[in-house]
Amino acid sequence: MRAALFVLSLGAASAALAEIPADQRKSGADFMSAQTRAMQNDDATNPAMLSVLDGESRWSAKAGAGAKSCADCHGPAETSMKGVAARYPAFDAESGRPIDLAGRINSCVETRQQAQPLKPESPGLLALTAYVALQSRGMPVAPPSDERLASFRARGEELWRQRFGQLNFSCAQCHDDNWGRKLGSAPIPQAHPNAYPIYRLDWQGMGSLQRRLRNCMSGVRANAYPYGAPEFVDLELYLMQRAAGMPMETPGVRP
Amino acid sequence: MARAVAALALAAFCATTGGDGAVAQQAGLAPFVVTGDAIEAPLGGLKGDPARGRAIIVDRQKGLCLLCHSGPFPDQRFQGDIAPSLAGAGARLSVAQLRLRIVDGTLLNPETVMPSYYRIEGLTRVARAFEGKPILDAQEVEDVVAFLGALRDGPSTGETR
Repeated sequence: MRAALFVLSLGAASAALAEIPADQRKSGADFMSAQTRAMQNDDATNPAMLSVLDGESRWSAKAGAGAKSCADCHGPAETSMKGVAARYPAFDAESGRPIDLAGRINSCVETRQQAQPLKPESPGLLALTAYVALQSRGMPVAPPSDERLASFRARGEELWRQRFGQLNFSCAQCHDDNWGRKLGSAPIPQAHPNAYPIYRLDWQGMGSLQRRLRNCMSGVRANAYPYGAPEFVDLELYLMQRAAGMPMETPGVRP
Repeated sequence: MARAVAALALAAFCATTGGDGAVAQQAGLAPFVVTGDAIEAPLGGLKGDPARGRAIIVDRQKGLCLLCHSGPFPDQRFQGDIAPSLAGAGARLSVAQLRLRIVDGTLLNPETVMPSYYRIEGLTRVARAFEGKPILDAQEVEDVVAFLGALRDGPSTGETR
């Protein structure tokens, strides 16, 4: 009994900290070296811009049995896609689930263009996603208030707090409770999703938020969810809510 | 009787006994008994080697300790600051207390960020390569405990989280 009380009191004393208050939220860019920030901020040196340019040409390239381009239906991305990435994931009536931006693009490729869907993390899908997301750069993250998303977002928050893997860490333990502290040499960022897809120097290439989440899961020695898993979309839904109001940065550069 | 207790999962063991005095048994691992906030008996009756313990602590694939902790390791760059310094660990805690904190700190504080180094049950989606394996085996736990227990220089009280 004494031991039980002891356990209880210790647990209560160190209960997990709450969500990061709005005035303390920082982009991953704020934790980077000045050189890496400068690389991101100048489109002439930002290596992700190569992917964005690829996306721009794909936007008007005809493809599939329909021989249609994105532009044939949507017109110039600068107007039709403005603000879209800032409010994804959105509810997809057809599947009855939230869908992320890459998922939406791929569903268009498959059903409208009647072309082969692009593979997860393929250069083409990352390029189109980055080009569409660029049209929201500087705009505040604006998750939709669609009631149908609520249960999925709640599931995403559960996953955020779920401990995973042999090392038994949750996302929240590092990115809510210990951001700014050092894990080895690297400061722990707050894990905001507002710069994806990113060019990560460590990857020497582009990658999606899901790639980053898979990296973290492997890091805690967990069996990562596969690309496109509903868990990742739910988690992104929660992360966008958590980052609401922060400016979109796509295409980001990260160390 | 010990066999009957042995069938219980570690989580159930905590919930039903309060964690004091019963034998915790996980498949393939040495059993241990929690007394208060400590495990008095060395795992498997093994004797720890402090030199091997130090090597495990500074190994970033094995002990992983310096990702979160700093300590008296002047040769090691990039020590983390998520957790208290290991300096003086042996002055702050007994060897038996250190043992429980390394074996499974969640038995003391369910919210702790400290990994449970000698636990294979109650974990979620463990990667195949690590399935059914603790982070450290019984000998390695004892090696680390032996090294930390001998770290007497440093603050005798420390912030814990």
